[in-house]
Amino acid sequence: MSAVLPNNAPPAMQESPGLWTLAWRRLLNDRVGMVCLAIVATYLAMMLASYAGIVARDWNKEKGVSYANPSFMAGAENLEAREVTNKDFGSKAKPVDLSDIDPLAPRYKEWEERAAKIAVTEVKRAETLPFGGDKWGRDVLEKAIKGSEVSIFVGLTAALFATLIGTVLGAMAGYWGGRVNDFLEWFYNIFTSIPYILLILAFAAVFKRGLDTIIVILALTGWTGIYRLVRAEYIKHCGREYVKAAQAIGASHLSRMFVHILPNASHVILVQLSQHVVSFIKAEVILSFLGLGVPVDMVSWGTMLAEAQNELVIGKWWQLFAAGASMAILVTAFSMLTDSLRDALDPKLK
Amino acid sequence: MTAYVIRRMWQMIPTLAGVILLIFFLFNWVGGDPAQVLAGKISNPEQIANIRKQLGVDQPYWYQLWVFVQQVFTFDFGRSWSTNEEVSRILLTRVGPTLTIMVPVLLIETVLAVVFAIMVAYVRGSLTDRTIMVICTTAMSISFLVYIIFGQWLFGFILGWFPVQGWSESYWRNLTTYAPLPIMLAIFVGLAPQLRLYRSFFLEEINQDYVRTARAKGLPEKKVMMKHVLRNALIPILTNVGIYLPSVFVGSFLLEVFFSIPGLGREIVTAVNRSDFPVIKAVTVYLAMLTMIVNLLVDVMYKLVDPRVSFK
Repeated sequence: MSAVLPNNAPPAMQESPGLWTLAWRRLLNDRVGMVCLAIVATYLAMMLASYAGIVARDWNKEKGVSYANPSFMAGAENLEAREVTNKDFGSKAKPVDLSDIDPLAPRYKEWEERAAKIAVTEVKRAETLPFGGDKWGRDVLEKAIKGSEVSIFVGLTAALFATLIGTVLGAMAGYWGGRVNDFLEWFYNIFTSIPYILLILAFAAVFKRGLDTIIVILALTGWTGIYRLVRAEYIKHCGREYVKAAQAIGASHLSRMFVHILPNASHVILVQLSQHVVSFIKAEVILSFLGLGVPVDMVSWGTMLAEAQNELVIGKWWQLFAAGASMAILVTAFSMLTDSLRDALDPKLK
Repeated sequence: MTAYVIRRMWQMIPTLAGVILLIFFLFNWVGGDPAQVLAGKISNPEQIANIRKQLGVDQPYWYQLWVFVQQVFTFDFGRSWSTNEEVSRILLTRVGPTLTIMVPVLLIETVLAVVFAIMVAYVRGSLTDRTIMVICTTAMSISFLVYIIFGQWLFGFILGWFPVQGWSESYWRNLTTYAPLPIMLAIFVGLAPQLRLYRSFFLEEINQDYVRTARAKGLPEKKVMMKHVLRNALIPILTNVGIYLPSVFVGSFLLEVFFSIPGLGREIVTAVNRSDFPVIKAVTVYLAMLTMIVNLLVDVMYKLVDPRVSFK
């Protein structure tokens, strides 16, 4: 009497939600966190669009008059632009006749003919730009977008590299302990005994200027905090049963370090990553301002602020505002998102 | 206690050796050939060889390292590559202006942050608390540069309360005329993050059992906050000030650059721009030493404020 069950399949198991699912649900319920996430996502989308050349492609073109007014201030007087035009008129005034002593005089006619062959199109420069123009009449709004691309890119990449260095070293120190730990602690002490700003400047002194070196500098100097936290996590987890169980079934050291323990420390790493993006964006702005950051043919929030310093005195506030505000909004949103992320990933904390 | 201090000093040696190695590696190896930088664009091989000989970079690495170690311990880094001024003289003359700015900043900022934090922590969860926290978060996210540019423009240029920039020979004139605006801006910028941090320290203490006991035995609120909460919260605050202390000597290099204050911070930025390695090397090594000593002092001070701490 063997009653064959019609359905062999095991009863459908209720899958329990994992850490990330739970964290995501908690984050969805956090209204402030979601708003911040939306803002950060907008910035990232803008950065990608600007990188792909969809927006702000010709930020470097001189479209408007010098210090063009923002459109909402169209009526305001623009003394600087008028001065430039006046200067142009001045140069067209009749020059003193020097042809009898000028050794180049016989060739002027030939040059004039040659010059006439080259078609020159007079670019009509706009009186106003959506958010004003800078000294060369470039659109400040486009500059801010292009600048955010550079600043965010530097912040993100440098934070990724710093997190990578910190995680690998921290995992090694925490997992192996003993000599490895001693050596890495020594290394950590060296880096932390030099004040952070000074460390960055010392690195900046020996490297050449450029976008890639600023990322390298920030990553090489900024890994210490992450290292310390990851190391503590690894020390905590190393003796846990699940790691012992993994060892019992023959998991290698590498697999235990990065397959078993790493996911359990990943929430710490993620929060750190997000915090470092913010601090690196701030650091990049300051470095670029000092002329130690991005090269001159690029724009970042830092170089915009460097220009804005002199513009404010003649009453042209829009570049300062554009760079300062776009940075402040992103940094506020990013730091508040980090707080929400921490709450979502670690419900015990609060 | 003496044994503890001696052991800590002993432990500093490998770290200091590491700092020296790191700086040597950076400036003598990664930094490339300084002769190329110094000789400029119009140079011939002879000139370069000459400069290399002068700087000692034609010697083997071990010898250069030995020279560097000697320099560190004799306080003699030779002369600046760009101004030919003695490095030790540069350091000594630049430290004064930096401290004129940074010591008042540190004192006023810490006192203000502690006072505000204890007040905010006392009304935790209220509308005032939340409003102040939102203001702090927003204030923290605006770049220091924006504050300086705007502050210099508003108070120096438009209102004319302070000179836009400058420095003089007289200490009192500096402190009363040139220093107030940079000091004010530094405090304004530093207050928000410290207030937030210290508030969290106070909140941690306020929820402790001993606070409830103090209230239960009928102590007035003022005494509970001032004698019990403040004293215990001072321990993490002390750590934080200790961490911050070494950077007081670098000063706020941004402020020094903006306000033309001839301090260490501005000197470092100039040195970085001119590839003036001896100056940067000297500043970095001595500040690392100073940091280690300050850390030790902070640890010793723990004992003074917290009898529970024991030196192991």
